[in-house]
Amino acid sequence: MADSRRSAPLSWTDKPAAKMSDVVEKTLTALPSLLSLDSQPGSAKLSSSSKLGNLIRGITELTSKHEEEKLIQRELVSIKEQVSSPNTTMRQMKELMVRAIYCESLGYEASFSYIHAIKLAQQGTALEKRVGYLAVSLFLNENHELLLLLVNTVLKDLQSTNLIEVCMALTVVSQMFPKDMIPAILPLVEEKLNHPKEIIRRKAVLALYKFYLIAPNQVQHIHNKFRKALCDKDPGVMTASLHIYLQMIQENPDGYKDLTASFVTILKQVVGGKLPIDFNYHSVPAPWLQIQLLRILSLLGKNDQSTSEIMYEILDESLQRAEMNHNITYAILFECVKCVYTIHPKSDLLEKAAKCIGNFVLSQKINLKYLGLKALTYVVQQDPKLALQHQMTIIECLDHPDLIIKRETVELLFRITNAQNVMVIVDKMLEFLRVSTDDYTAIDLVGKVAELAEKYAPDNEWFIETMNTVFSVGGDMMQPDIPNSFLKLLSEGFDSVEEDRKLRVFAVDSYVSLLRGEPGKLPQRFLQVISWVLGEYSHLMEELEPATVLRLLERLLDMKQTSSETKSWVLMAMTKLCEGGASVAVAQQVSETYISSMDTVLRQRAQELQHLSQDSELRARVLPRDAGLEPQEVDSSLSFLDGFVSEALAAGAAPYKPPHQRQEELAQAKALSLEPYGLSLPISMASCSIADRQSPTLLSISSGLSGDSTELSHKGGPTTLKLDGVKRVWGRDGYLRESVEEVAQVEVPSPLRSPSQQAGAESSHSQTPTPDPEQDKQQLASSLFFGLSSQSPMCLMGKPEPTANRFRRKNKVQGSSSSATEQTPSSLASSPSTVDNLLCDDLLDSNITSEPSVSSSTITSELSPGLTATANGTCDVEAKLTDSDVKESNPSLSEDEGLVAADPAPHEDPDRPEDSCLSSHLPAELCELGHSEITPLCTNQSLELSACHVQKEDSLVFVIFISNSSAIQQILLDLHSEQLEVSCVSDRPEVDVSSHSVAVYQYSLTVKRPSVHVEVVGMVSYQLCDGTPQTLQFSYKLPLTSFIRPLTVSTEEYGTMWLDFCHDTKQNLTLISDGEEPLTATLNVLKRKLQLGVVEVIGMEGILACQLLQDQPCLMHCRVHAGVLAVWLRSPVPDLPDCLIYHCQRALQVD
Amino acid sequence: MKSTCFHKRLTCGFKATSSQLSNQHQRPTGESVWSLKRMIKFVLMVNRQGQTRLSRYYQPVELNRRAALEADVVRCCLSRRKEQCSFVEYKDFKLVYRQYAALYIVVAVTDAENELSVFELVHNFVEVLDKYFSRVSELDIMFNLDRVHVILDEMIQNGHIVETNRSRILAPLTALDKMADS
Repeated sequence: MADSRRSAPLSWTDKPAAKMSDVVEKTLTALPSLLSLDSQPGSAKLSSSSKLGNLIRGITELTSKHEEEKLIQRELVSIKEQVSSPNTTMRQMKELMVRAIYCESLGYEASFSYIHAIKLAQQGTALEKRVGYLAVSLFLNENHELLLLLVNTVLKDLQSTNLIEVCMALTVVSQMFPKDMIPAILPLVEEKLNHPKEIIRRKAVLALYKFYLIAPNQVQHIHNKFRKALCDKDPGVMTASLHIYLQMIQENPDGYKDLTASFVTILKQVVGGKLPIDFNYHSVPAPWLQIQLLRILSLLGKNDQSTSEIMYEILDESLQRAEMNHNITYAILFECVKCVYTIHPKSDLLEKAAKCIGNFVLSQKINLKYLGLKALTYVVQQDPKLALQHQMTIIECLDHPDLIIKRETVELLFRITNAQNVMVIVDKMLEFLRVSTDDYTAIDLVGKVAELAEKYAPDNEWFIETMNTVFSVGGDMMQPDIPNSFLKLLSEGFDSVEEDRKLRVFAVDSYVSLLRGEPGKLPQRFLQVISWVLGEYSHLMEELEPATVLRLLERLLDMKQTSSETKSWVLMAMTKLCEGGASVAVAQQVSETYISSMDTVLRQRAQELQHLSQDSELRARVLPRDAGLEPQEVDSSLSFLDGFVSEALAAGAAPYKPPHQRQEELAQAKALSLEPYGLSLPISMASCSIADRQSPTLLSISSGLSGDSTELSHKGGPTTLKLDGVKRVWGRDGYLRESVEEVAQVEVPSPLRSPSQQAGAESSHSQTPTPDPEQDKQQLASSLFFGLSSQSPMCLMGKPEPTANRFRRKNKVQGSSSSATEQTPSSLASSPSTVDNLLCDDLLDSNITSEPSVSSSTITSELSPGLTATANGTCDVEAKLTDSDVKESNPSLSEDEGLVAADPAPHEDPDRPEDSCLSSHLPAELCELGHSEITPLCTNQSLELSACHVQKEDSLVFVIFISNSSAIQQILLDLHSEQLEVSCVSDRPEVDVSSHSVAVYQYSLTVKRPSVHVEVVGMVSYQLCDGTPQTLQFSYKLPLTSFIRPLTVSTEEYGTMWLDFCHDTKQNLTLISDGEEPLTATLNVLKRKLQLGVVEVIGMEGILACQLLQDQPCLMHCRVHAGVLAVWLRSPVPDLPDCLIYHCQRALQVD
Repeated sequence: MKSTCFHKRLTCGFKATSSQLSNQHQRPTGESVWSLKRMIKFVLMVNRQGQTRLSRYYQPVELNRRAALEADVVRCCLSRRKEQCSFVEYKDFKLVYRQYAALYIVVAVTDAENELSVFELVHNFVEVLDKYFSRVSELDIMFNLDRVHVILDEMIQNGHIVETNRSRILAPLTALDKMADS
């Protein structure tokens, strides 16, 4: 493909690139001030006498906001009058629209003009039309209902013979287009990909990019056309296609590895100056294109050595071009450095990149210095020695007058923090916090300080004091998880009981003295934390009378700035504390005050306080000390309310309906719905969850029910509510999603530095303290960078040694470690390999609390790319040991074969004569059903694997044929899949295949997680007759449709099911019209190709049902509307509707 | 399975929440910052008096909040001296600004964007304007708002840089002008 580009005729005119930068600046400096408007000579296009000119002049002369408002309102009235007048010409309309745009850009709404903008786009010509489109794209957001009115205009213009009109239509489409209407114009846009004019092709690609962003499913079938665009002879079209590729590669880097060489070739040609000269910017060839390509390459090369190797050469070349002294070269270099540090490391490239960063950091140009610090921040976790090299510069930047440089430096320091330098760095961060005025920075930094304090705190005093600062500075804006995790840390404690006690006592002591000072200055959140801690732990300090604490807390209640939320925290704390005569008296007095409060929560708390302070026995039972350490059980089905509910129902109350059902009914109740496909469910959910977080008190129940019970069950360890296995009757359906972040934390450790580099890090440190006159700066440096070189670089990557990590959370995995190992996927667990240990060590040591119940298959999938090589090599340790003598006698041979085994590339022969003979090996019961084509999976000299699948009525059977040509033994077949559940049908998965025979293995597959295509990956391991272990890998892809079976339900059943399902998707599909009535024809195709069961067809509507094996139903409702089939799919299974709609689309398209 | 919930509410309310929340509010650290969405959020052209000459948003911002945002952004840029960095942190994103006489061009980008490349993009934009208007001035931009928008639309779409070749950026607009003339 790359060759096609190289040989392509580069047929554009080569204009010399104008070097105008200096001119521009001079011209603009010479600009006359606005007051001398009239003296401006005025170019041809300048229309200062126009109405727009008058408006702008008027606005410029005004002095107050109030006058501006008056003027604009007058203007808007005049525009409104004229646009609605029938005599207004399109030319005038254009002028009016520009004025309306101007008014809106000043913040005054001109919504009356929106419809006229659409009209202008429809009726205008040339620039008028363009301004119409422009106004639409400026006025309306992507969900505005008026956009629907634009569809016809776009459709007309796409078919226009005037290229400029086609261009305009494509431009507006790539800016905004109603998602549901994409199918209406998609064929036209696709057609434009073959247009002779490159500008049309380029804009069509950009329009498809937009479609890909807003509705990826709709363009799934044209991925091959993207490839064609990438190979386009015009560089502009190719550049446009890179946007799509960047996006797709971000989502799935593995799917596009084969394109790496092409991207490299393109970059080579760009760098080598093969593009026409008008692509240059200040003599640099297509710089933004270079940057885009580098971004793509870094995504492809990440954690992938072989792919990275392809790009080393071009990266080296790009780095060499560093001499050119222009900003844009530095921008490219920055991207290049990032790429070098992202992909699989290569030492000489790293060295050059490091030098490059050094040049940036040391540069006198402030923008470059900033970029250098940013790059340093990025690479420092992998290469701490770089920070050491530049330590004095970093110290200087820390005192830089420009806040943004300072900020970036603080960010850098945050990344290199360890147990040794944490105090100095946190000190620097807090110092910055005090000078910074920006709330966002404060929130961010406060979070980071809290994180560091929790991770590396050297002692109790420091920890509590740092957290005190965090709470006072962070105030009420900070992330709510900071106080939450602080309290969690305090309550769960660490491994030593004595340490726990000390920390808690220290916290209590510190808070009591804070309350004795000026509690009025403390933020509400901090007061809540204080109340909770005092309530729980003040009894640990024996010399502290409960009554004293109560009085301190009472002061908080009396302060006028205390919020009612805080008050309820205070009352709760009091309830825990009221013991002994004096405190009971205080408690009684307080509860008297609040028992009549208008706030129901406060009233409730006051009631509790009153009752429990009087009855100490009850209090001891309700609020036992250290209750937090016992597991508590909650009946989350709330069955104790059953009586109440049934009474209420009997009294005529409406039964409870889940949110989506309510939504559904609401939608139906609307008599007139302009938008057939309203979508508001997710929004209402989001607002719910926010509301939930408000109150600390009522939360335990509601949050437990809100859906994340899996998360709770393992996060909280022994202290949380046990919700495992409890049916979430009143939970929010559809809210529970697999948390992606959690998985991401168990990432593959980044490639280790080579020993030589480590040695380099150490030696450089021994040299670094260069003589410097500024003693204190050096001292600061040594304290900041302490521990950077003495430890192995690994520790800097967020994995400190356990001993250094004083405040490490209790290891929750230990309790359930047995289950964790049990869950390790069989493929790994079965082989006594190092992989297993690696895995477990990683899980146990990881500072981030590991989640034992993260689905095991996800772990493997995360780890496997990096580890399969190891697995292949060391899989069968025992076998290797026993046969060591054999190996020694013939070392070269086994090495060779090891290589062969590690190579997973399947040798595919398109025409395999064995196909027919293999099918004869199919078991008789499967033969009758008909099977898919038998495809070869992988081969080597000793055996061949082929496979096919057979669709049975209630299952899908996956058949693997192993035929061997030489004598081998102990064949072991191991299959797994991310999306599928694989179970063995034949009794013995381990069979000895005698020479020259075919063994048949059967597996039954069911879908775990729907996806458009599902894939089974497997490994066959066997021993040669001499005992040498061998492995081969293979994968088999099959469409989701193979798992779909019709579902027979009655219309009534369908109705109830429909309301219960919460995952849905909607789309318009093209109708098939070959003579027959279109709806019937289309449904028949779907029935035949996808095995959907037609439930009923009434008039223009039809309902269909199907199930995904096993028992995962999906319902379809479709209606013929405006020449398309409006389809609505619903299922209880997430993603299933989306996958199915894709296949429906495919099924209807091929015809 | 069953027990009363009363005391749990008092003692454990916070804990249950904390364990739940700690995962939802992942503070971006390390790698994740860099993999966040990379894009341009808006482009502003303002003069030293703080008057907006052109604004283009690539992320929806409500009309009534724009004026305040723009004023804030301008204040942020005007307060900086010449020798200071051309990039400023603003809320959770960055501003890249460049001054031409009395006119400031401000581009807001997410943290993952390459600031220097955007800085140069601004200059490229000015060079294109300069070519089209042959010696551009602030007045050209004021009185030809529609044309400047058309040029910008050719260069940036959906917050991504889509064309940087000067002659290609101008091609559609010059064609339109020719059509109007004939």
